[in-house]
Amino acid sequence: MENAFSQPQSVVVLGGSSDIARAIVKKLAAARTRNVVLAGRNQSLLDVAAKEATDAGVTSTSTAIFDANAPLDAGRVVDTCFEKAGDIVDLVIIAVGHLGDQLVDEKDVAASVNMVNVNFTWPVAALAQIRNRLLEQGSGRILVISSVAAIRVRRSMYLYSGTKAGLDRLCDGLADSLEGTGVSLQILRPGPVRTRMTEGKKEQLFTQDVDNVASDTIKELSSGKRVITSPPILEYLFAILRHLPAPLWRKINEDR
Amino acid sequence: MKREQLYGWGHTSPSVAEVSEPGSEREVSDALITNGSVLARGLGRSYGDAAQLAGGHVLVNRLLTEISPISPEGVITLGAGVSIDELLQLSIPQGWFIPVTPGTRQVTIGGALAADVHGKNHHVDGSIGKHVLGLHLVTPSGAFNISPEEQADLFWATLGGMGLTGVITNATLRLLPIASDQVTVDTLRFNNLDAVMEEMVAHDNDYRYSVAWVDCMTKGASLGRSILTRGDHAPRGASTTLNGPKPPRLKVPFFAPRGLLNQLSIRTFNEAWFRRAPKERSGELQRLSSFFHPLDGVSDWNRLYGKRGFVQYQFVVPDNQSDGVRRAIELLSASGVPSFLAVLKRFGPANPSPLSFPLPGWTLALDMPVGPSALPTTLDKLDDLVLEAGGRIYLAKDSRLDPSKVPAMYPRLGEFQAIKERVDPSGVLASDLSRRLELLKR
Repeated sequence: MENAFSQPQSVVVLGGSSDIARAIVKKLAAARTRNVVLAGRNQSLLDVAAKEATDAGVTSTSTAIFDANAPLDAGRVVDTCFEKAGDIVDLVIIAVGHLGDQLVDEKDVAASVNMVNVNFTWPVAALAQIRNRLLEQGSGRILVISSVAAIRVRRSMYLYSGTKAGLDRLCDGLADSLEGTGVSLQILRPGPVRTRMTEGKKEQLFTQDVDNVASDTIKELSSGKRVITSPPILEYLFAILRHLPAPLWRKINEDR
Repeated sequence: MKREQLYGWGHTSPSVAEVSEPGSEREVSDALITNGSVLARGLGRSYGDAAQLAGGHVLVNRLLTEISPISPEGVITLGAGVSIDELLQLSIPQGWFIPVTPGTRQVTIGGALAADVHGKNHHVDGSIGKHVLGLHLVTPSGAFNISPEEQADLFWATLGGMGLTGVITNATLRLLPIASDQVTVDTLRFNNLDAVMEEMVAHDNDYRYSVAWVDCMTKGASLGRSILTRGDHAPRGASTTLNGPKPPRLKVPFFAPRGLLNQLSIRTFNEAWFRRAPKERSGELQRLSSFFHPLDGVSDWNRLYGKRGFVQYQFVVPDNQSDGVRRAIELLSASGVPSFLAVLKRFGPANPSPLSFPLPGWTLALDMPVGPSALPTTLDKLDDLVLEAGGRIYLAKDSRLDPSKVPAMYPRLGEFQAIKERVDPSGVLASDLSRRLELLKR
């Protein structure tokens, strides 16, 4: 069970080898998290993440494999993870995501479908079953990793930011549906982060390490804030950026 | 049955359960025949998650309220759903008081027994378990009349058993005769912790009731400055009519805005409280309710802490580790975490209950708003300090302890589990607390 400081004991991560999720799990393990289930695409990456969680203090880890291009299978994946967790699941982190290569993917039908599946359809499908399971449990928390890119879709990465925007808006409504049920959902919108996903790409303004994102997240998990922005300053910056006239918005995005 | 979100008094981690109010013992025993989990709940005054059961069935025990007449010896049998407030309304005018009362009247008899509550007289009278002549317990394997003589192990496991051995439907207590509805109170003010502890060791036994309010936000020479109030039931006064407690005068209508209770406001409150108290005053007459239940004057006072709620931390350290109290206050004061005036008192001998909290020594209880980022780790460090001193923390107050520390704090946990397993072999009775602290075998 989660304690008074919103520190979970049992955590399921979908997208368990994600750098941000790994950093969050490490911090959770330093508090009360002892049981972690990691699900993802690549067993060897999951094993590395599981080892890392164990080193951070988790006493029981298990893994599950899934294919984000098979959304109809997401319910079964969620059930498997809950069964592996064994007891009450306090926190489910959805960290599935793919940055892609915009200029290549935008010309390619299959690559475009892949972006929608991984960033939107699979997470939405999984959320349906996570919601069922947590409502039945009468408690639990969902953390969905979105992005500040979801606040306003931009040309240079419209497949990524567009699909994240879809997930982000949907989760806002989903969170409303959970009011008073003992279950809650929070949306994490990190700014640019140094991860495997951004390796080799030009570094943007406000780029930060995953550790900062994890710290901001842990802090706001307990405050219950619906949308967690990391670094927090970007919440205010994007409040302005989202209302910029379109020509100006295009202009500032040109060279990025 | 309806699905309802349930909170503890600290308003921290709610969960949703199917809730019903059984009106008879039959309804209780029917509810225990299930593949799911069941827990009894009273008035929801435990601070953390002791009276919650996520996804299970919570039996709100407020309809079992039958009360027998009080015998000439002060023996009374009452439904577990009766609150201490309701009992006192009835018993004080007849010249009887509850032998042990916690800091609020708004708890049920069932809840009080399940937590084995203590009061300001523990050093003399022990906890409530000592005054229970017997009780009726409904378990998944049948209903039992248990007492210190009959099925003593189950009786003592139920006292302080946090509702995990069964549902208490009624209990028989021996009340305390009183000649007035007032308490004679002596108050002393001390500028530091050592002085107040010295005085408590020397003279607490001269009083039935004793408690000190300690300021845990002061440092240096005034570390742990305190106000000690001690008293006893007043002899028969001019008036021969004894009055029961009055309903609360004030109500907190909304959750206070976040941050109302912060380091500055709490420090200011503590300062004012300390200065308001007389240096020395003796023989003051106080009403029973203002002496025993000062916070009951404001209903829903927990809302002052805002939506994020608060935690109460209560620990005990054995007599030979009294320095643990000083080290705990030093740690708190150094951490800068705001806490209201803490309550310090001396415990007398423990009872035979395997999970009962009190043991002979010192207990300190403090309220702290959730929010400061240093709070979780500060309390973890306090746990280590308490554990090292051979102490423990109070389950009815807890909402954040590390489960790995429980077996060392409660070394008789295994004994408790064995007794529980005997009456509840398939593990029907559970709570969010028992899951979080892994109190039961998997």
